[in-house]
Amino acid sequence: MAQQGAYYVPHHSVWPIVGSVGLFTTMFGAAHWLNDQGALGRPMFFIGLAVVIFTLFGWFSSVIRESIKGNYNSQVDVSFRMGMMWFIFSEVMFFAAFFGALFYTRVFSVPWLGGEGHGLFTHHYLWDQYAPAWPTNGPGDVGGPFSTVSPWGLPLLNTLILLTSSVTITIAHHALRAGRRKQLLVFQALTVLLGATFLYFQAHEYMEAYEHLNLTLHSGVYGSTFFMLTGFHGLHVTLGTIMLIVIWFRCAKGHFSKENHFGFEAVAWYWHFVDVVWLCLFLFVYIM
Amino acid sequence: MAHAASQDHHDDHHEAPSGFFRRWFMSTNHKDIGTLYLIFALLMFFIGGSMAMLIRAELFEPGLQLVQPYFFNELTTMHALVMIFGAIMPAFVGLGNWMIPLMVGAPDMALPRMNNMSFWLLPFAFTILLSSFFLPGGAPAGGWTMYPPLSIQGGDSIAFLIFFVHVSGISSIMGAINIIATILNMRAPGMDLLKMPIFVWTWLITAFLLIAVMPVLAGAVTMLLTDKYFGTSFFNAAGGGDPVLFQHVFWFFGHPEVYIMILPAFGIISEIIPTFSRKPLFGYKAMVYATASIAFLSFIVWAHHMFAVGLPLGAELFFMYATMLIAVPTGVKVFNWVTTMWKGSLTFETPMLFAVAFVILFTIGGFSGIMLALVPADFQYQDTYFVVAHFHYVLVTGAAFSIMAAVYYWLPKWSGNMYSERWGKIHFWLSVVSVNVLFFPQHFLGLAGMPRRIPDYNVAFADFNMISSIGGFVFGATQLIFVGVIIHCVFFAKKKATDRVWEGSKGLEWTVPSPAPHHTFAVPPVIDDSQLAHGDVTH
Repeated sequence: MAQQGAYYVPHHSVWPIVGSVGLFTTMFGAAHWLNDQGALGRPMFFIGLAVVIFTLFGWFSSVIRESIKGNYNSQVDVSFRMGMMWFIFSEVMFFAAFFGALFYTRVFSVPWLGGEGHGLFTHHYLWDQYAPAWPTNGPGDVGGPFSTVSPWGLPLLNTLILLTSSVTITIAHHALRAGRRKQLLVFQALTVLLGATFLYFQAHEYMEAYEHLNLTLHSGVYGSTFFMLTGFHGLHVTLGTIMLIVIWFRCAKGHFSKENHFGFEAVAWYWHFVDVVWLCLFLFVYIM
Repeated sequence: MAHAASQDHHDDHHEAPSGFFRRWFMSTNHKDIGTLYLIFALLMFFIGGSMAMLIRAELFEPGLQLVQPYFFNELTTMHALVMIFGAIMPAFVGLGNWMIPLMVGAPDMALPRMNNMSFWLLPFAFTILLSSFFLPGGAPAGGWTMYPPLSIQGGDSIAFLIFFVHVSGISSIMGAINIIATILNMRAPGMDLLKMPIFVWTWLITAFLLIAVMPVLAGAVTMLLTDKYFGTSFFNAAGGGDPVLFQHVFWFFGHPEVYIMILPAFGIISEIIPTFSRKPLFGYKAMVYATASIAFLSFIVWAHHMFAVGLPLGAELFFMYATMLIAVPTGVKVFNWVTTMWKGSLTFETPMLFAVAFVILFTIGGFSGIMLALVPADFQYQDTYFVVAHFHYVLVTGAAFSIMAAVYYWLPKWSGNMYSERWGKIHFWLSVVSVNVLFFPQHFLGLAGMPRRIPDYNVAFADFNMISSIGGFVFGATQLIFVGVIIHCVFFAKKKATDRVWEGSKGLEWTVPSPAPHHTFAVPPVIDDSQLAHGDVTH
C-alpha cells in the first residue's frame, strides 16, 4: 500500500493479460468468421467478447475499489484525466479518417470520374456517360438507384435529442457538485433515456433506408460513407449509453463525492464528444 | 533480468515480485515491462531478419532458385510488417518504458496496469499476423502498404492483417497515452519541460504523433475490410470511390509513422554524443524546436509517397516543397550533433561508435530522401531499389543502429554489469561494414532501373545483387554477436558497472544504483541542474 500522498502504483494485476487474451480471441475469431469459417470463428468471437467484457468489469472494479479506499492522490487523478483526454483525441482522429474519405470523394474523386481536371482519362475510356453528382453510387450504379434520408425528419429530431442530452448531463453534473442527489439521479436517467431514444430512431432510420429507400451499405460510395460514419457514431453512442448507465448505478451507490467524481466527468466528456461528432455528421452527411 | 537481488533498495511497501507468472505476466513495473518489450523486439528482429535472409538468398543470383514468386511477395510484405511494428516500434517503447520514468524522476509510468496491456497485446497481435502464413492462400502478399485493389483480391489473409493492425494499433495508442501522461504529469519537481533530457522530449512528440495517426490507420484498414467483406465502395471507382483514396489515408498515417520510428532515435543519439564528447549537447532548445518542426511537417508531406499516381500538378509541387523543408530542421540536428563533438574529449566506446555511424549513415539516407522528394527525379526512382536503399539507410543504419547504441549505453544500468567492450566493437565494425555492403549497391541497382518487390531480375543487375546479398548474410550473422554480448553481459559478466557507468554521463538515470532497483524514485528526487545532461539551458 502506498503511503499517504505518494503516487499510487498498483499491485500486480491479472486484468491486462486476461484482456489481451480476450481481445486476441475476439479478433482471431472475427477473422475466421469473415472467411467463411464461422464454425470456428463465431464461438471464438463471442467467447473473446465475453472475456473482454469480464475484463472491463474486473479492471474497473479494482480501480473503483482503490479510489474509494482513497489510494489516489490528485496527481493520479491528473493521470486519469490525461488518459481520457488523449483517448478522446485518438477517437477524433479515427472519425477524421472517415470524414477525410467523405471530403476527398466529394471534392476530388467524384468530379474526376466525371471528367473534370486531370482525371479525364478514366472518364474518357471507361465511363464517358457518367455525370458526377452527389449523392452518387458511381458510374457502375453499384447497389441500384436509391434515395437519401431527408435531414429535416428524424435526423433533425435526433440532433435535438442529442443536444438536449448534453444539457441534461450538464445539469446532472451541476447537481452532483452541489450535492443534490435526487436531481443528479433524475437528470442522469434522463440522459440515458435520450441516448436510448436516439439509438431507437437511428435503428428505425436504418430500416427505412434499407426497406424503402434502397439506401444500403452497397449503395456505392454514398452508401459506404453514410453507413460507416453514422454506424461508427451509433456504435459510440451505444458505448456511451452503456457508460452512462454504469455511472447512474455508481451515482445511486454513492460512489461519487462533490469533489471527487472523475468517473462521471470522463463519461460526460465522452458524451459531449459523440455529440460533437453527430453535429458534424448532421452538417456534412445529411444536410450538405 | 538481474535486478531481483536489489529489492532492499526500494523503500515503499510493494511486495517483491514472486513467481515467474506474477512477475512477467501481471507486471505493473515499468522496468520489467520495458525488458519484455525489448526482448520481444529482439525476437521480432530475428524473425523479420530471417525473412530478409531468405529474400537476399533468392536475389543472390538471377532466376528463381529457392522460393515461389508468390511466397517471395509474402516475405517482402511480412518482413516490413514485422520489422516496423514488431521490432523498431516495440524497441523504442521498451527503451521509453525503461528510461523515461528514470529520466524524469517518476516512481513508474503514469498508468502502470495499462502499460502491461500495451505490451501483452503485441505478442497476440503478432500471433494473428504470423498465423496467416499457415492459411490457405498464405500470408498477405500485396506489400505492407496494403494498397487496394491488389490487397483485397488475395486470399483470406487480409482479414488477419487488418485485425493485426487493429490490435497492435490499440497497443501503440495505449502505450503512447501512457508515455504522454508520464512525461506531462510525473516529472519530479524542478524538472521543467525545457530541462527534460532530449530523449524524453523526442518521446513526448513521438507519442503525440502515435495518438494522432494510429487511429487514422485503423480507419483506413477498416475501410479495406468493409470493401472486401461488406460490399462498400470506398476504393472502387465503379461505385464512385477511388483506390488512390486509400493511399492518401494510409500515408497520412504512414509519413508520421516514419518519424515515429526516427524521432526517438534522434533522442538516443542526442543523449549518447554529449556523454562521450564530455560536453553538453550543443543547441538544446534548437533540438527541441527542430523535433517539433519535423513532427509538424510530417503531417503535410504524405503525398510524396504517391507522386506517380497522377496527382494534380499543384499537389505535386506543394508536397515536393514541403518535403524538402524537412531537410532544414533535420540539418539543424545533424549540425548540432557534429558541433557537440567539436573540440570535445571524445572516446569511442561501442555506444558512441554506433552513434557516430548513425550521424553519417542516417545523413546518407536523408540525402537520398531529398533526391526522392524531387518530383521529376522521383518518376525515375519510384518503385526501384533506390527507394529500398533509401529507407533501409534511415531504418537500419538509422533507427536500428540507434537502438543498438541505446542498448549498449544503458545495458550496464539495467543489468549492473559491463558488457564486453571488445565484442561490442567487433559487433559494431562487422555491422557497419556489412550494412554498407548490403545497402549501398542497392542505390546503383535502383538508378539502373531494378524494380523492388521482385524475385527475379535482368542479368545486368547480377553483380550488385550478389554483393548486396553477401553483405546481407554477414550483417545477419553479425547480429548473433549482439545477442551473445547481451546474454554474456546480463548473466555471466564479471565486471560490475558503477552507478554512473560512463565518465561523461549526466542525468537522473545515472544517480540510481546499477542495476537499477526494482522501484526507483518512490520519493521524487531533488533536481540539481548541474547534473542534467544538457547543462545550463539559459544560454
